[in-house]
Amino acid sequence: MEALYHVAPFTGYIYPNESVVPWTVLIVIYPYLTGLVAGAFTMSSLYQVFGMQRFKPVAHFAMLTSLCCMLIVPLPLLLHLGHAERALNPMITPHTTSAFAVFGYAAGFYVVLLLLENWFVFRPHIVQQAQQRKGLLGLFYRVLTLGSYDLSEKAMSYDRKWIFALAVVGIPGAHGLHGYVGFVFGSLKSREWWSSDLMPPIFLFSAIISGVSLLIVLYALSCKLRKVPIDLDCVKGMAYTLWGFMMFALMLEAVEFASLMYRGREGIEMILEYVKGPLVIPFWTVQLGICSLLPVLLLSFMIWQGTKGKTLIVGVVTCAMLVLVGVLMMRWNVVIGGQEISKTGKGLLTYHMPWVEQESGLTAAILLMAPFVLLAVAVRLFPPWEDGKAAH
Amino acid sequence: MENKVEKLEEDGRRKFLRLFGAAIGGGGMAIAANSLLPEAAATETPAKAAIPAIPGYDWSQHHWAFGVDATKCIGCLRCVEACKVENNVAKDPNHFRTWVERYVTLEGEEKARIDSQQDPVNIAAAGAEGKYRFANRYKDAKVEKAFFVPKLCNHCTHPACVQVCPTGATYKTDDGVVVIDHTYCIGCQYCVQACPYGARFFNEEKRVTDKCTWCYHRITKGLNPACVEVCPVSARVFGDRNDKQSPISIFLRNNRVTVLKPESGNAPNVFYVGIDKEVG
Ligand code: SF4
Ligand code: SF4
Repeated sequence: MEALYHVAPFTGYIYPNESVVPWTVLIVIYPYLTGLVAGAFTMSSLYQVFGMQRFKPVAHFAMLTSLCCMLIVPLPLLLHLGHAERALNPMITPHTTSAFAVFGYAAGFYVVLLLLENWFVFRPHIVQQAQQRKGLLGLFYRVLTLGSYDLSEKAMSYDRKWIFALAVVGIPGAHGLHGYVGFVFGSLKSREWWSSDLMPPIFLFSAIISGVSLLIVLYALSCKLRKVPIDLDCVKGMAYTLWGFMMFALMLEAVEFASLMYRGREGIEMILEYVKGPLVIPFWTVQLGICSLLPVLLLSFMIWQGTKGKTLIVGVVTCAMLVLVGVLMMRWNVVIGGQEISKTGKGLLTYHMPWVEQESGLTAAILLMAPFVLLAVAVRLFPPWEDGKAAH
Repeated sequence: MENKVEKLEEDGRRKFLRLFGAAIGGGGMAIAANSLLPEAAATETPAKAAIPAIPGYDWSQHHWAFGVDATKCIGCLRCVEACKVENNVAKDPNHFRTWVERYVTLEGEEKARIDSQQDPVNIAAAGAEGKYRFANRYKDAKVEKAFFVPKLCNHCTHPACVQVCPTGATYKTDDGVVVIDHTYCIGCQYCVQACPYGARFFNEEKRVTDKCTWCYHRITKGLNPACVEVCPVSARVFGDRNDKQSPISIFLRNNRVTVLKPESGNAPNVFYVGIDKEVG
């Protein structure tokens, strides 16, 4: 039988009730997924809104990726709730002072926006399939047309206006949704590790870099699977984007960390002990060293050297994979880290992630894979590739 | 009996929620604006809209508060045991509505050594589940100063827990008690994070959060909270501030009191006498 709760080992003095860590690995996954949503959406907006032609090959794919991640976002939260069947209570009676009360509305709004945007983007394909296909799949596409088969130039230009407008609304939408996740943590004055005005922008920029990285990796992988050449210009553009946003992300985190240390408020000794001890591997080595500084240096080197061809692709994809791990570690170090420093300011806890139960490593892994399973199906139903070849 | 009170509370609450839900509609922006004001959590409570139908009790007539005289506490932990029994709290050493901390400064040391019921040494000393003892761990040391500090929910005037609760399941009543509607709480534990005092915990059995209610089911019948009732040295004081002759009014009049972590802005309603600077 699954243990009802896990007691976290501690050193120093912690409040007795703190010995059960309230927010588990699932609350690490939640901001990670929202971040991917916001990041992927940003990528597609660079083409849809800002007209950056070099991102055309990934623009529609980014939109689908964003949607697939977004559909999974509520799951870690639902699996964490003590009473998932009451999940709608915050929407029925939103408590106006809670930073979390609007989540349901914000997420709901955003899902609708993504669905609409995707529908407009893939409408020509849907109509075409609805007319050609028979059977169940034909029916599926016919339902999806929502009765609109008009693909005339007039209709298409109307669609383009919608796509543009939705993308414009989507930028503050996606970024708002994610900045707001940062606020959920940053606004809590009970934990010095979280309580910071910089939390929303930090979450936002790390979200963007994770989304861009995800697209780099998925785009390269999809080209390999489809056996089509990778658009070097596009990859290079994404590498520049990644580099640029990483600068902001790193800067913000550095400033936040410096001011936390410099302010040196009550409990700083414990924070220092935490930073110098338990954080050596997950933060300094993995998140900062291997997954932030290394990719930045590598990207800078490639940009400076004007690296081309296969080397560029391998280099950029490697950096992107590192950044993906780095941002996941960042979420971990924020969510779990905050809870490992006791509210007494006099003790430290250690969260041990269980491997197999409702809130465990296994669930987290499944939730992390789920968007890509959805995506694998989605790209077959709605091929987002500009060269027209469906994925195998 | 407790269930009945809970039920009555809940009926009032339901009525309010319906009103509230209708009034709010989909006003998302108001939420963002409101979250900027910490006081809003305390001023905007369901209490205004619905008074629970507890027979013979009018919550607008009371203003409860709690006092702790740490100079009297002997660390016997009868309060902790009584609370666990009275409120059906899990018997393990990781879930408490009230607990007691021990602060010991040894000769030649500057910082106090602190321990409480979750400490493995004290767990071993207790012997049995549901029993709590402070192990005699300093018997061979030279102790310079030592004292005990009973802790519980502070029923804050500006409760951070109420502020963050997305559903309004936890709220402040008109008589000053912060309670949780266990039939409405979704168990997100945001409030557990927000409380600076570690007063809240997750009730794994009911799958909702839990904490001290000052024994709301007792005080609304004119009884004392269980911990106050059993304390053999009257280290715990409880009463109605509206009644100038109540134990708490006298306590507050006769003592210079302090509260825990005043910088949090929570404005606690548990007042302490005789605690040292490191108590927080
Ligand atoms: S002590 Fe904690 S749980 Fe109690 S009212 Fe204050 S913030 Fe809420
Ligand atoms: S756990 Fe319950 S009382 Fe606490 S914030 Fe969530 S819904 Fe509110």
